[in-house]
Amino acid sequence: MKQLLLGNEAVARGLYEAGVKVVSSYPGTPSTEITENAAKYDEMYVEWAPNEKVAAEVAAGASFGGVRAFCGMKHVGLNVAADPLYTMSYIGVTGGIVIGVADDPGMHSSQNEQDSRHHAIAAKVPMLEPSDSAECCAFTKLGFALSEQFDTPVILRLTTRVAHSCGIVDTAERVEPEQIPYEKHQEKNVMLPAFARPKHIMVEERTKKLAAWAESCDINRVEDNGSKIGVITSGISYEYAKEALGDTVNYLKLGMVNPLPVQRIKDFAATVDKLYVIEELDPIIENFCKQNGIEVIGKELFPICGELSQTLIAKLMLGKEPVIVDLEQPIPIRPPVMCPGCPHRGIFYTLHKEKVFVSGDIGCYTLGASAPLNAMDTCICMGASVSALHGFNKAMGEKGEKKAVAVIGDSTFIHSGITSLIDIAYNQSNSVVIILDNSITGMTGQQENPTTGKTIRGDVTAAVNLEALCHAIGINRVRVIDPYDLKETRTVIREELAVEEPSVIISRRPCVLIKSVKMPPSLTILPERCVGCTACMGIGCPAISMKEGKAVIDETLCVGCDLCVGLCHSNAIVKKGEQA
Amino acid sequence: MSVKSILIVGVGGQGTLLASRVLGNTMLRQGYDVKVSEVHGMSQRGGSVVTYVRYGDKVDSPVILNGEADIILAFEQLEAARAVSCLKKNGTLIVNTQEIDPMPVVTGAMQYPEGLTEAIREKGLNVVAFDALKLAQEAGSVKAVNVVMIGAMAKRLELDKEVWLETIRTTVPQRFIALNVKAFELGYAAE
Repeated sequence: MKQLLLGNEAVARGLYEAGVKVVSSYPGTPSTEITENAAKYDEMYVEWAPNEKVAAEVAAGASFGGVRAFCGMKHVGLNVAADPLYTMSYIGVTGGIVIGVADDPGMHSSQNEQDSRHHAIAAKVPMLEPSDSAECCAFTKLGFALSEQFDTPVILRLTTRVAHSCGIVDTAERVEPEQIPYEKHQEKNVMLPAFARPKHIMVEERTKKLAAWAESCDINRVEDNGSKIGVITSGISYEYAKEALGDTVNYLKLGMVNPLPVQRIKDFAATVDKLYVIEELDPIIENFCKQNGIEVIGKELFPICGELSQTLIAKLMLGKEPVIVDLEQPIPIRPPVMCPGCPHRGIFYTLHKEKVFVSGDIGCYTLGASAPLNAMDTCICMGASVSALHGFNKAMGEKGEKKAVAVIGDSTFIHSGITSLIDIAYNQSNSVVIILDNSITGMTGQQENPTTGKTIRGDVTAAVNLEALCHAIGINRVRVIDPYDLKETRTVIREELAVEEPSVIISRRPCVLIKSVKMPPSLTILPERCVGCTACMGIGCPAISMKEGKAVIDETLCVGCDLCVGLCHSNAIVKKGEQA
Repeated sequence: MSVKSILIVGVGGQGTLLASRVLGNTMLRQGYDVKVSEVHGMSQRGGSVVTYVRYGDKVDSPVILNGEADIILAFEQLEAARAVSCLKKNGTLIVNTQEIDPMPVVTGAMQYPEGLTEAIREKGLNVVAFDALKLAQEAGSVKAVNVVMIGAMAKRLELDKEVWLETIRTTVPQRFIALNVKAFELGYAAE
């Protein structure tokens, strides 16, 4: 049946059709919908793991158990999963393993623009790269076949435009392979030095066999249009090139980006006078060509940074500029903002007012860095807020300890903040960590996590007790606050900064986007009381704006969180229909 | 058929994503190759949202850039102005004249520009402008803005009106059909 599927939905469909039994992932834009959609098929066990390392190891375990398994993540998640990946490469598989990773060229929703192909090369595992939804489904299935044929995990690499574009997929039935009976096989599965040495030799041999397969496979293919200009490309870049250049050039379209087929590239190069490599991010195909003496034009023409597009290719290769009409006047930007009623707003407003150093982390609350709150000083990666605060305080001494905090969301804390907090407890760092517990993984679109008490399918399960966890690892001071209560929030932050020991503040209030969260009626501002002092504007709520010298509340946006009420000195902000 | 490119722009939460999926599925049922591209994540938090719909005999790139859109369906004026450079010279801009203040305007750092739709029209572009929020209210719900917009777009596409009405009848819950059909009709009639 033909269906319009998102690239990520098509990967989930591929998992289903390939007879996969176990899926374990950590959400991360642009990869999240793979696992969300996989959870819609009852034939597969599907879970959210606490982080990508755990997810990859769950997949490895399922493979030991003789079934096909998958783990999905965003590009930076593969760094977290890199430790198991590099040794899973040595072990190979029993049931097939595919690791789905989604890169984010252009950084639509990421903190860096790294190219995951480096991981495939370094871990010495094959990597497939689909160009559209149909290939997302097909390559997922092929990945499992290759994984079992060559005894290796296979990485499926998507980029944002492939993961988040819908295309037509012709779906098929599920074919479930027989579970492979378990046999103890220490030389294969126990990576001690003595067993790992021969395995490394095997990995090198495997790469040669995979390279030979890449020479003849049909996912690497030539499109001969009788041109003397050649283009080597893969993934979304192939679609951009086709759009810009059509059938005026010959293409070598690579469906497998590691290992690369040297002879095929040489043969293709021999048929053309001029050869371009069109690839997003790093010059990986280009460098491979140059190392093998194949002359190509690559990054001297195309940028390393940001996304490519048909427009950019047409401009750089053909000198074509589109005819455009533009307005001369400046258009105000519309950056993403914390939602009206967001529980993070009260915390960041307070931190902004208290002028403290804020060691930040990854999540919706990274928006606390934007105007008018500007309440974030640093942000690196998942969990870094806690450990970096400890390091900052060691460098700054009392100047840091009395004026610095870390902020980390509940899901991010579970992902990789716990070990950092143990460092603070173990080394008795005089640091204040604020856990922003909004009872959901918010940024990626409302996923359950180990603190929420629900599984990916909404079933009730064990929930991490954050207070008990903090106590158990050696934090004696644990305070819980409601971030809608600005007075309490300020008092507790001041008190905890003043003490001479590790401290955790749990700021607890569920995300307003959670369906079960019921909010009171919206607020309104009485114009006769408003003096236009703009005090209420300081929290950066998108529902409040100034119109003709008075503050007004957009009642379609306001969720009645009351945060602004406490800021108004004129008692002008009231519940709708109330006058007092 | 050569590829047609429709750019849908708006503010997070306005239902642009649904509009693009409805358009994509309708074209799929007509037997076209279709690609619909959307960016999730950060842009959902009240930021600018851009989705691309392309259909025809064979679609390559899923994205639409400068000077490539046959139609821009803009759910908000400022977003229309931001996207206007993507319109083909003979393309059509369909714009909801509703204004939603972005953060720099909310904080008072910038003013919401005046006369945007007129300024675009003065550039010689084909502009269809109307208050879709008002029409949605007339149909019975402010949430029907996206269906009003779909109606206005449907009038400017080659398909029979009945195909669209059928899509609406099959995608919305029974009790909302009358409301959505009315919203569609109001959009379809808007000039």
